Amino acid sequence: MKRLPLILLLGILSFGALATNIEVYDFDNPAQERTYKELTAELRCLVCQNQDIADSNAELAQDMRHKVFSMLKNGKNKQEITDFMVERYGDFVRYRPPFEGKTLVLWIGPFVIFVLAVIFMLRAIRRARQQEEHRELNTEQITQAADLLEQPSDKSTDR
Amino acid sequence: MNKAILPLGIFVVLAGLFFYVLQQMGEGEYNPRDIPTEFIGRTAPGFSLPKLFDPQQQVRPSAYKGKPWLLNFWGTWCPECWREHPYLLQLKAHGIPIVGVDWRDERADGQAMLRENGNPFAAVAFDPDSTAAIDWGVYGAPETFLVDADGIIRAKHKGALNEAAWRKKFAHWFEDKQ
Repeated sequence: MKRLPLILLLGILSFGALATNIEVYDFDNPAQERTYKELTAELRCLVCQNQDIADSNAELAQDMRHKVFSMLKNGKNKQEITDFMVERYGDFVRYRPPFEGKTLVLWIGPFVIFVLAVIFMLRAIRRARQQEEHRELNTEQITQAADLLEQPSDKSTDR
Repeated sequence: MNKAILPLGIFVVLAGLFFYVLQQMGEGEYNPRDIPTEFIGRTAPGFSLPKLFDPQQQVRPSAYKGKPWLLNFWGTWCPECWREHPYLLQLKAHGIPIVGVDWRDERADGQAMLRENGNPFAAVAFDPDSTAAIDWGVYGAPETFLVDADGIIRAKHKGALNEAAWRKKFAHWFEDKQ
């Protein structure tokens, strides 16, 4: 009777195993497994576009994982498998797009915007400084201002 | 004066662009879930899949060389495929050869669907493990490819095929059949 809580606990824990459909892949060596993990983390799930296929439980992602696995088993290397997927699903399938003409804007765009922002900011600061310098009044303006202040106001100020 | 006009001008241009794209999206272009088409102009990948109605026999695209034909990926789990189905039957009536791939489906469900609603396909392959789907770069159903007489993929349509999409992308490959 002492063991009952333990049995119950094990029973509850085992529900987890029922709930998730765990894929068991038998790799030839640890290097192959590592490549598999790298690949599935770099290939985008096309159904749920912000997940990699390692992370996604979408059916297509499961099938793509299986495809990656069977290609690895057939001796294909990482590059060959990536090329295979890109040939079919385009660069879009890669989480790390290649650095080339088409993707140039993607890679250097943020830096260009940053540099432009810095240039505009420096110019704005310089202009503000210049305006500040101009704010100093010459003697003529000062006497003018003094006259204005001394003039008795013709409009009523009593309120 | 100038200072007010410049931002206003930029705003008008951006607003115009916004509404243009919105309108195009309404017509089925610029779908944010679409991924760029990789396949146009390339040789259609081959496959050899068991037939839906007869697992002993195989469906092979090579059998259809010599005239343009359509390859349609569908599944009974996909609502758009049901919506598309009557139009496929219409195409069949016009003599358009369509090869179907019942993708990630239960064999019995696929068979029942075609028995009850009519079969628009010249042949139906059964692809429960995405073998052909991945090879053809398919990521959603329905998806329809047009393969020309030389086995080159010439057009592709994602989503349910309808009259507008047909006229725009496919019709001119079958002009003799219209």
